[in-house]
Amino acid sequence: MNKRLDKVRWWEYLGFGGVFMAVLCLCVCVGSVNIPLSETVTVISNALLRQPQPEGLAPAIILTVRLPRVLCVALTGAALSLAGAAMQGLLKNPLADGSTLGVSSGAALGAVIAIAFGLNFSAVPFAGTMIMAILFALGSLLIILGLAYKLDYSLATNTIILIGVIYSMFVSSAMSVIVTFAADKVQQITFWTMGSLQGSSYENAAVLAAVLLVCGGVLLASAQELNAFAVGEDNARHIGVNVRRTKLVVLITVSVLIGVCVSIGGTIAFVGLVTPHMVRMIVGPNHRRLLPSSLFGGAVFLLLADLVARILLNPQELPIGVVTSLVGAVVFVFIFYNTRKGQ
Amino acid sequence: MADMLDVQKLSVRLGNLDIVKDLSFTVAEGDWLMIVGPNGAGKSTALSAITQGVDYTGRVLFEGEDVAKMKPVRRAQCMGVLTQSHFVGYAFTVEEVVRLGRYAYAPGLLSNRSDDDDEAVEEALALTGMAAQRKQSVLTLSGGELQRTFLAQVFAQQPRLLLLDEPTNHLDLVYQKQVFSLIERWLQKPGRAVVSVVHDLSLVKAFGTAAVLLRHGQTVATGAIDEVLTAKNLNPVYNMDVAAWMRQMLSQWAADDNTADNIIEEKIC
Repeated sequence: MNKRLDKVRWWEYLGFGGVFMAVLCLCVCVGSVNIPLSETVTVISNALLRQPQPEGLAPAIILTVRLPRVLCVALTGAALSLAGAAMQGLLKNPLADGSTLGVSSGAALGAVIAIAFGLNFSAVPFAGTMIMAILFALGSLLIILGLAYKLDYSLATNTIILIGVIYSMFVSSAMSVIVTFAADKVQQITFWTMGSLQGSSYENAAVLAAVLLVCGGVLLASAQELNAFAVGEDNARHIGVNVRRTKLVVLITVSVLIGVCVSIGGTIAFVGLVTPHMVRMIVGPNHRRLLPSSLFGGAVFLLLADLVARILLNPQELPIGVVTSLVGAVVFVFIFYNTRKGQ
Repeated sequence: MADMLDVQKLSVRLGNLDIVKDLSFTVAEGDWLMIVGPNGAGKSTALSAITQGVDYTGRVLFEGEDVAKMKPVRRAQCMGVLTQSHFVGYAFTVEEVVRLGRYAYAPGLLSNRSDDDDEAVEEALALTGMAAQRKQSVLTLSGGELQRTFLAQVFAQQPRLLLLDEPTNHLDLVYQKQVFSLIERWLQKPGRAVVSVVHDLSLVKAFGTAAVLLRHGQTVATGAIDEVLTAKNLNPVYNMDVAAWMRQMLSQWAADDNTADNIIEEKIC
């Protein structure tokens, strides 16, 4: 039997890859101190080849400040966008993203508790904020799925969305209560809940890359099932999709992605919601193309947002979540308006 | 002929309410069994239970194999389902939706597409007349075209048993006739059978080979069409003289009967 893989549009990925690399270079070069592209390339290649670095501040700025940050931003954007695209397919709801489930808020609560009460795990290499955020993300998922399962054995998407929204509200109230007990850390908490990847390290980037590799693989392998869900949950069951198993796999994978992203960069809104929309306009709704393209789309979107956050009020820096929300809201209204007009 | 589907004492209970109670029937190859009854009789729930959409007690056997214990892909290879309405979330093309019907033959990681899949999809598109619109977004289709798209998906799935839940409920006469004719043609190949929930008793008489009449979840009659659709069975279930009502409706068309037929034939051609 002559078998072949579903058509892959290589030119799309070449285009996305090209744009991604261009934006990545731009974000490493541009900042409070602009560094020419040629010098940036020299510094990075010297670092990779373990050659001596040129004189001046450029190597320190690029290698210890910008590169780890830009890598974290790109990976976080890719992860959030992928999670959003998967959730929008699974729940057949274009307004869904990682935060719809409530896991994002849960992770934020964990991190806020860690900051407010100064929790630190000295035995582990990463800060208490990260561990608490991941633990709370998984705990939130268990609570949400447990409640949804109790109410509705089939885990209907409407039940999941409703419980996610209610859970998010509950968690934001809990965060407000905690903030009142930790008045001295309000500024730190506020900045963090708005999202920021300032001070990201190579270790953060390595964690993000590892998680994205595993979770991304799982989600990409579920592309066909997500297509079926995007057409309709009952239809998915009728064509042979194991509906409950697919839901559990996708929800757990998305929760891990969100938990890790929130633990490193805080709650960054709108990336998971807007980017899949934009990418869907280019490559269509088929998840075999949409999911990999969303990785590039999310990375580019968040890199540009981070660049704006860094240079707009230079030397002051805006929280990245503020930029994504501002830009995302406008872009979303624009897309929504055009889509409706088109129909 | 051996039974393809064997439903034994199927009951569905929601809270304290018996939606379907002790429903039993068999379907043999070549049969088109119609499940009929007034609104709230439990017809769609019974079909949903057979397709494992709701919890039930009793047994549903496909060629002797318990459907509840089948893996989802195996079940999809045996039974295809067409519901009355579809709300697709995104702008998938007609071909993408039809191709999903092949999921049961290539599920999971890095699933490949075979020539068999391509053949089945092409055949389904041609049979339903949707080949010309294969690249069109399903969001731009009319109700009838959308239903034909999903019928093509079910055909591409190549099941042996087709389960239809009021497949032409909101379609106009032309599409009603098209869809029923397509299913009738599909049924002509050996080793196939159809079970459908249908409201229109004229369609039941025209296309069905057997029927189950339900009322408040209870089976009133089961057997060949002529044995089930009798005045004795129907009138108490619908609380009216069904045959008289049908005749009265049809009598209005007596004068220009030919004209109506011609219009329908013309549209289909």
